[in-house]
Amino acid sequence: MTATVEGARGTQPPVPDGAVTVTVKIRRFNPEVDDEPRWDTFDIPALPSDRVLNLLHYIKWYVDGTLTFRRSCAHGICGSDAMRINGVNRLACKVLLKDLLSAGGKPTTITIEPIKGLPVNKDLLVDMEPFFEAFRAVKPYLITYGNEPTRERIQSAADRERFDDTTKCILCACCTTSCPVYWTEGSYFGPAAIVNAHRFIFDSRDEGAEERLDILNDIDGVWRCRTTFNCTDACPRGIQVTKAIQEVKRALLFKRV
Amino acid sequence: MQFHKYDVVIIGAGGAGMRAAIESGQRARTAVLTKLYPTRSHTGAAQGGMCAALANVEEDNWEWHTFDTIKGGDYLVDQDAAEIMAKEAIDAVLDLEKMGLPFNRTPEGKIDQRRFGGHTRNHGEAAVRRACYAADRTGHMILQTLYQNCVKHGIEFFNEFYVLDICLTETEDGPVCTGAVAYELATGEIHVFQAKSVVFATGGFGKVFKTTSNAHTLTGDGMGIVFRKGLPLEDMEFYQFHPTGLAGLGILLTEGARGEGAILRNASGERFMERYAPTIKDLAPRDIVARSMALEVLEGRGAGPNKDYVLLDCTHLGAEVLETKLPDITEFARTYLAVDPVVEPVPVYPTAHYAMGGIPTNVHGEVLRDNENVVPGLYAAGECACVSVHGANRLGTNSLLDINVFGRRAGIAAAEYALAHEHVDLPESPAAAVEAQVALVLSEHGHERVADIRTELQATMDANASVYRTEDTLKQALHDVQALKERYARISVQDKGKRFNTDLLEAVELGFLLELAEVLVVGALARKESRGGHAREDYPNRDDTNFMRHSMFYKQGTDLAADIRLDYKPVTFTRYKPMERKY
Repeated sequence: MTATVEGARGTQPPVPDGAVTVTVKIRRFNPEVDDEPRWDTFDIPALPSDRVLNLLHYIKWYVDGTLTFRRSCAHGICGSDAMRINGVNRLACKVLLKDLLSAGGKPTTITIEPIKGLPVNKDLLVDMEPFFEAFRAVKPYLITYGNEPTRERIQSAADRERFDDTTKCILCACCTTSCPVYWTEGSYFGPAAIVNAHRFIFDSRDEGAEERLDILNDIDGVWRCRTTFNCTDACPRGIQVTKAIQEVKRALLFKRV
Repeated sequence: MQFHKYDVVIIGAGGAGMRAAIESGQRARTAVLTKLYPTRSHTGAAQGGMCAALANVEEDNWEWHTFDTIKGGDYLVDQDAAEIMAKEAIDAVLDLEKMGLPFNRTPEGKIDQRRFGGHTRNHGEAAVRRACYAADRTGHMILQTLYQNCVKHGIEFFNEFYVLDICLTETEDGPVCTGAVAYELATGEIHVFQAKSVVFATGGFGKVFKTTSNAHTLTGDGMGIVFRKGLPLEDMEFYQFHPTGLAGLGILLTEGARGEGAILRNASGERFMERYAPTIKDLAPRDIVARSMALEVLEGRGAGPNKDYVLLDCTHLGAEVLETKLPDITEFARTYLAVDPVVEPVPVYPTAHYAMGGIPTNVHGEVLRDNENVVPGLYAAGECACVSVHGANRLGTNSLLDINVFGRRAGIAAAEYALAHEHVDLPESPAAAVEAQVALVLSEHGHERVADIRTELQATMDANASVYRTEDTLKQALHDVQALKERYARISVQDKGKRFNTDLLEAVELGFLLELAEVLVVGALARKESRGGHAREDYPNRDDTNFMRHSMFYKQGTDLAADIRLDYKPVTFTRYKPMERKY
């Protein structure tokens, strides 16, 4: 219960009841001092109910303060802590240790890397600017012409439902950075930008579908999609990303939304 | 050091900051400096709704909304401000809809509305459907919609620029705000932004508590900066505990669940809110529900192996209502507690949620330097500000409303001020204080660990300054916080680099947390009464004779250990006389 471990950062906090020791293997890279990336390994105590984010905090707070990652809300709605956990894109605050533990009490190793396809700034923290640039390029805002009504625009519940799925996007980049096309061709808009275009193209209040479809018909647009479904698997919000991309493709083919 | 010059600088890119930016950016040259990427802000965590008397589904009017807000705030609300907020709420919602916000719709296609705590028909007769919502993702939709509109208007963002100081230039008429100083996280470089007006929209400081719905990044930076400048903070003892945090974790479950009909039960299955608020029961304001829950647990009626939580029962709502109107909280319960709300009740307990107090402003968002005078060029809006529309207890949904109404007002006022005035010279060496602060944190001057001090701070605040307080617990908290401040002078960080030094960032944030925790506790000790979110077991009644007034806290001196001076400011009354608060 009160066993403590001596670490690089002084005394460790008490190990709680029910804790198991896990090995966390993290891809590290600080261009300020490192020539190339390396793996660092940490054996730490953790509870099965811990989120992977708790493990990263433990390392940063009690073992190695230079470990760098983004996080904020810690419950899957701000989209800060997208990373590759055991080879798949996840939010560190939405993965619980109990779902990663090896069967039969065997030792558990968790591998954590930065999301792929964006330049690594430091450790797990990547340059999000290319991602947001693609988002901004699809005109991700309501476009309307003519006079505004005095009250709200009327929209039926069914019309509202039409684009509900894609309104859930938190711009975490899990989808875009799981896409093999995006890894090799960074100029591709990527799934997240298309999801956000979809959110407006299929909004009955919007009058900018044609402008957006023109943009997505471009060489770096929807036709790059190879329908591998990585994006749908990666989405922490459960958005049917591949389906949304297909709907945009269909809108382009048949010229209707 | 890099130098920039703008008309308006907005600090923070949550709801209030971006709402301000949309107004300011169309009128004047505006920069938004933000510690986080805009879409990471905690506005996105708000769930249940935003109230406005649209009367789309039943009779309602903004005067009822005003009254509910004032009564909900236990009469410490400035009534002129509450009236403005309730009146402008209607346009605030309609503006968001026109910007594209995907509200849930009624069968006629209008914005749908649902019930929320403390919002009533005709001055308390029954709960009213006033909260406009988008499932349980209203905050997410607001944050996304505002960011989308910032993109549309080409608002200039400086992402991951951590503002650590503002520039005040002394003039014959007192201090004038002339800019802000930021630390660029990517490079460690200091940037000075000269500006004619500066708007704080930096959010709350929930991280002084352990169990909180707040993000890791909510460390009260803006309030802390203002306080260190010798400017006042208002009503900091009033901190809201949201009744329904996931037990043990603090993750928010919206009051909208009870708005849709969910019921709080104790271990024996009793709907205990019937005893505490016979008329509106589970939809009583948050302070009342949180205290009732705490009492149930204290008196041995809590649920679970340790009898330390109560249960939020949604099972009678049915899978369809949960999946369509409350999908996110359903998922949170499944993910984090492995509890499925469709079939079993969810363990909940109050979680530190919202600061009613903050940087005092008038209804234009102008920051006060004392009870009468403003600091020209300095504005604040949202949770970091205290207008005061929330008084001693904020009603659910009124924070999303506050950020839209007063974010807009502050943005307009800041831009208009900038257009009407010339730049005032910056004070001498504007970056010196921040450079020294950063150098000090990076220097070797002790072995105290940031995480240890933060953990102990959060533990004492949870134990001694939360839902119920007494002279003894508060004295303990004050003692602990002061001892931690003393230890903070000896912290060391491991990361000494310039590139994305989040080790340094956390150390600086902890300094603000310590400062604000002390203010909260000093205020709570001095307020020997119970009102709204401030409940003193040793002074269980409201005392209008001595305490119907706002607290104003001033830092005396510049070091961390400096004393706090407490003053008071009268409450503004218009048409509502204080009454006993029953529901």
